[in-house]
Amino acid sequence: MTIRVAVSVNGTEYVREVEPRLLLIHFIRDDLGLTGSHWGCDTSNCGSCVMWLDGRPVKSCTLLAAMADGRAVRTVEGLERNGKLDPVQQGFIECHGLQCGFCTSGMLMTARWLLDHHPDPDEAQIREVISGQVCRCTGYENIVRSVRWAAEHEGASRMAEDGPA
Amino acid sequence: MTGAGGPPTAEPGFGRRHRKEDQRFIRGRGLYVDDVRLPGMLYGAVLRSPYPHARIIAVDTIAAQAHPKVKAVITGETLAGLNLAWMPTLSGDTQAVLATDKVRFQGQEVAFVVAEDRYSARDALELIVVDYEPLPAVADARRALDPGAPLIRDDQPGRTTNHIFDWEAGDARRADEVFRDAEVTVAQDMLYPRVHPAPLETCGAVADFDRVAGKLTIWATTQAPHAHRTLYAMVTGVPEHKIRVISPDIGGGFGNKVPIYPGYVCAIAGSMITGQPVKWMEDRSENLMSTSFARDFHMRGELAASRDGRIRAVRVTVLADHGAFNGTAQPSKFPAGFFSVFTGSYDLEAAYCQVTGVYTNKAPGGVAYSCSFRITEAVYLVERMVDLLALELDLDPAELRLRNLLRPEQFPYTCQTGWVYDSGDYPRTLRLAMDLAGYEGLRKEQQAERERGHLMGIGVSFFTEAVGAGPRKHMDILGFGMADGVELRVHPTGTAVLRISVQTQGQGHETTFAQIVAEELGIPADDVEVVHGDTDQTPFGLGTYGSRSTPVSGAATAIVARKVRERARAVASAMLEVDPADLDWERGRWYVRGDPDQGRTIAEIALAAHSDLELPDGVEGQLDATCVYNPPNLTYPCGAYICVVDVDPGTGKVRVRRFIAVDDCGVRINPMIVEGQVHGGLADGIGMALMELIAFDGDGNCLGGSFMDYLLPTSLECPSWELGETVTPSPHHPIGAKGVGESATVGSPPAVVNAVIDALRPYGVRHADMPLTPAQVWRAIQGRPLRTDLAIGPE
Repeated sequence: MTIRVAVSVNGTEYVREVEPRLLLIHFIRDDLGLTGSHWGCDTSNCGSCVMWLDGRPVKSCTLLAAMADGRAVRTVEGLERNGKLDPVQQGFIECHGLQCGFCTSGMLMTARWLLDHHPDPDEAQIREVISGQVCRCTGYENIVRSVRWAAEHEGASRMAEDGPA
Repeated sequence: MTGAGGPPTAEPGFGRRHRKEDQRFIRGRGLYVDDVRLPGMLYGAVLRSPYPHARIIAVDTIAAQAHPKVKAVITGETLAGLNLAWMPTLSGDTQAVLATDKVRFQGQEVAFVVAEDRYSARDALELIVVDYEPLPAVADARRALDPGAPLIRDDQPGRTTNHIFDWEAGDARRADEVFRDAEVTVAQDMLYPRVHPAPLETCGAVADFDRVAGKLTIWATTQAPHAHRTLYAMVTGVPEHKIRVISPDIGGGFGNKVPIYPGYVCAIAGSMITGQPVKWMEDRSENLMSTSFARDFHMRGELAASRDGRIRAVRVTVLADHGAFNGTAQPSKFPAGFFSVFTGSYDLEAAYCQVTGVYTNKAPGGVAYSCSFRITEAVYLVERMVDLLALELDLDPAELRLRNLLRPEQFPYTCQTGWVYDSGDYPRTLRLAMDLAGYEGLRKEQQAERERGHLMGIGVSFFTEAVGAGPRKHMDILGFGMADGVELRVHPTGTAVLRISVQTQGQGHETTFAQIVAEELGIPADDVEVVHGDTDQTPFGLGTYGSRSTPVSGAATAIVARKVRERARAVASAMLEVDPADLDWERGRWYVRGDPDQGRTIAEIALAAHSDLELPDGVEGQLDATCVYNPPNLTYPCGAYICVVDVDPGTGKVRVRRFIAVDDCGVRINPMIVEGQVHGGLADGIGMALMELIAFDGDGNCLGGSFMDYLLPTSLECPSWELGETVTPSPHHPIGAKGVGESATVGSPPAVVNAVIDALRPYGVRHADMPLTPAQVWRAIQGRPLRTDLAIGPE
């Protein structure tokens, strides 16, 4: 038995017939070939699979692809716009916010969401919002700094993207 | 123009520099094993034993084979027919690929299904019926040698016990003498519990056997691709030149991805049997329950000292739990790894240790998780013992260390077990940490807090690491000397390719190794492509673990660049028509001594080396070199760590308030990357000290099989790290670097534990084993700390 799923991913519409039990992370990775999001634990603990569903970060290892039907997904592949990196992507480069890169896409999606809703977060707010995700390499310090860097460079970046007001 | 009158010197190679590899990772464009997708690829899944110890009566695969999407079901019997049922481990033991006679730990591999998709492979596992006869299990290492203990390895002819090895280091007689007439002695039993590296990417492989070409290609999560290729050749019978191991981007390793796991071999067998590529990725429970764990060292430490606080001798006895197969990944002459440096950072009169290794009905392993081959255990032992001595003598633990640390003029220092520490300024390193911490102020604050009934603790640790294995005369893995190869080729237009044998798992080799070439040759780091992780593209070497990449392959890179530089000198001499001896080097350029304007850059020389320029006799065209680096000694990084904690006496919850880390890893190639390595290791230390544990119940059931139970530190458990550095270059490393990947993981757990025990001093607590969970701290306050490795209550 299969089920029809119509989902917008990073602005592109996809329609697929899938097994009802197919996990969203496997749908995105295996069926759509967007391998930037990762699978790490099965139990919603590690957050390697974080992507956006209708504008909110979710752990896609514990959602079904069917639950995304009619909804909009955004993944790490959708951060870069018109060949220009999102400030959170640039921040992770500037502040060495990644090492092996496995948790990075999930961290980036959470960071983007945070800055969209809290443009000037302090360290405690950043730590709180990424606390549902695990990084085994960085000890979190440089992830916090990366998000702060992005917060401090959001305005400049947007100006550059949109041109002078 | 420079002061010398020549063109500006090329940009320096060393220093902070953004990582090259970040560009793909922040775009989601990394290529991890599970991202590999080949035409016609099938998926494998492993059936695992629910029992820790059981005889296999029968394995019925009929229903699984009838599943419409199943292509093959492989059992131990199938593999026995291919002579693949057992494989060698890295410690010279054998390990079952798929069990034939018995299962020996919970989670052991029993059968392998190959199907058209991931989910069908899993479905088919449910259709396999295994008839087990459960046997009594040995979960407690301390019971493994009891008379009548169940015999685990009855596959080995003549074996009658679960004993694996006895090993000793130091001088027992001398140590006994010092202990006999010592004014003060302290002793403590302590457990370094079983933990797991738990990289976020689990282990997996894609095997593709081309029947026509006879070529086997394996994409695998491996920290040691060349060693794996050789082992696959020995195990499968496929000739080594027909095997290509590709280790693409690796999502963290920490030692977990050094061994060959049964799943990899099953994927290979699956591809050979079906003729199609087969992917196998384990899930998180499989990773935690069956792949290489770390530690599980039951230790008893003793210190002898004078009343005025001079540490004179250390004695240690260890019971090492190696699980059901002896699969520790370490140099073969060192069954207890580099535990020999249990003498720590102190000038002692005598030292002795004795280690016994045993089999238990638990997953195999023991050497992993950034442990520098058991130096984690050695440092934890000696640093806990020094704190116990400080307690006994009522001395400040930092002061006691300052009285006993090796002095700079004592280097090179031969420790009591014969290891030669290369360099260091230990007192300066500790004093810097104390300054950064504001140590005296912290002690005063602690006193005030205690008077208010608050539990504040300050923990100090000092570690000496021994990394960069190693001199091939002493160090090998399965007979392969631990020297690593490297190749450097400068292209005609002056850019270069460096091929290395070590394998990054996030350490940033593509950047750091390019910087070494930049430093030595003046070619900008961006113009140096670093190739790694593909045995068809890189020279032989033993891979990345034990913090060996910079000490071994980093040295090889510096030397190969210097070889190229000398070749360039010969070419430049032909270009300038002067004697090579009359040329001087500045970064990126050879010039005529006394006439700096007359010179040629590396790019100009590279072009000429590929041209019709007539070269001197004996000088080959082109510009390249190779090197195999055999380290003359290990390198010895050190560090001083101070941890400040607050403990809630009502709940036992520990909060790490501050963590100050001063590391001396010699010359820093890219300080940004070095600091990142330290940060990660400090988080590991908090995890091990406070949270992480693979425990078992009395029947041998694993209690740490998911991230719901195996707790990893998050951003909330970790403080903002405070770092400092001292730099004493390694005298024998070509660029003075020492390696840093594991320093913080080695040095931080005792600082955290010492801090918690210090906080509990008002309760008279001397020791409690890791992890210091709220339950364990609360029990310690009650005077009844738990034995943490077994869920069988207090001893």
